[in-house]
Amino acid sequence: MTIHMVTRRSLLAAGGALVATGATGLLHPANAQTIAPTPSMRGGANNYRPGAPIVERIGGGGFWMTGTVRRAGDGAPLAGQRIQIWAHTTEGHERDPHSHGATLTDANGVFRLEMPQIVPAFGQPHGHLAYDSGDFETVFLRPVMRSSKDTSLEAHFVLQPA
Amino acid sequence: MGLAAAVAVPIGAAALSPLLAWRSPIYIAAGFAGVIAMAFLLIQPLLAGGFLPGLNTLRSRRLHRLVGGALVATVVIHVAGLWITSPPDVIDALLFRSPTPFSVWGVTAMWAMFAAALLAAFRRRLLRWKTWRFAHAALATVTVLGSVIHAMLIEGTMEWVTKAALCALVLAATARTLADLRPRQVTHRRGT
Repeated sequence: MTIHMVTRRSLLAAGGALVATGATGLLHPANAQTIAPTPSMRGGANNYRPGAPIVERIGGGGFWMTGTVRRAGDGAPLAGQRIQIWAHTTEGHERDPHSHGATLTDANGVFRLEMPQIVPAFGQPHGHLAYDSGDFETVFLRPVMRSSKDTSLEAHFVLQPA
Repeated sequence: MGLAAAVAVPIGAAALSPLLAWRSPIYIAAGFAGVIAMAFLLIQPLLAGGFLPGLNTLRSRRLHRLVGGALVATVVIHVAGLWITSPPDVIDALLFRSPTPFSVWGVTAMWAMFAAALLAAFRRRLLRWKTWRFAHAALATVTVLGSVIHAMLIEGTMEWVTKAALCALVLAATARTLADLRPRQVTHRRGT
């Protein structure tokens, strides 16, 4: 009886292991090459103003919003992509037009825009970023600063071709 | 005196917040309405339990009703002011889909407070006294717990130490009054 139990148990274990290996084995090749698109964050689109102008910097500057833009799937950096940025800063509310600006990614898919210091608003020091140019699916991000004393914030986009 | 300080110090500290420099008057008013509402949440259980010196049961009850009305008004100003400042953020909060974890606590506390106030307004017509008191106290407890968590998770104009102290006092006053509720109609025993 005991021997029988052990046999059944080991059978089950072997079977389970086989199924697990099979499942991961099937999924693995697909995962290795695919970089998933970034989903929009909750509240990311709040106080969005479409068509923010491309600017050298927003207001007087002193704070840096940085990040990268890549293509979903192969993760290739995307150059020349327009990223719109807005936040509640020392120079204005999120809704104020002068709190909004946009910049383009460089050849490495990196963007950097100087803006006024972000200050806590609606309970958290946070910024807003949007990709909304049409070639890829629209993404809205709402990163939160670790500390309201930080002088930079980053956000990264992986975009799905539209 | 102690109560006056417990209420005045956190409000005074919030008035010194550097964040005020970067906010519109309506946003500032909305924030202070929230701070004042928290101060009312300290006074309310003390009045309900008859713990304030110099007030008999009747006057304590009347003041409790008055402050309750003022509490509802400050919360309405708080939410309305925030709505004017940033409508989508408040709509997200009211629909329980906000990215900020404190919103769900604040909105839950708000609805519990409205329900507690409605119960108070229609008390005699609705329920037996004991049932009514249990329901009102339960809703008030949800209001207090939700408000304290809401406030503590927020990085706003309130200074951290005075905010934590006010919240601790609110919890203590609520717990003390609830403890008195259990045996019998203790309110008749006190403050005459």
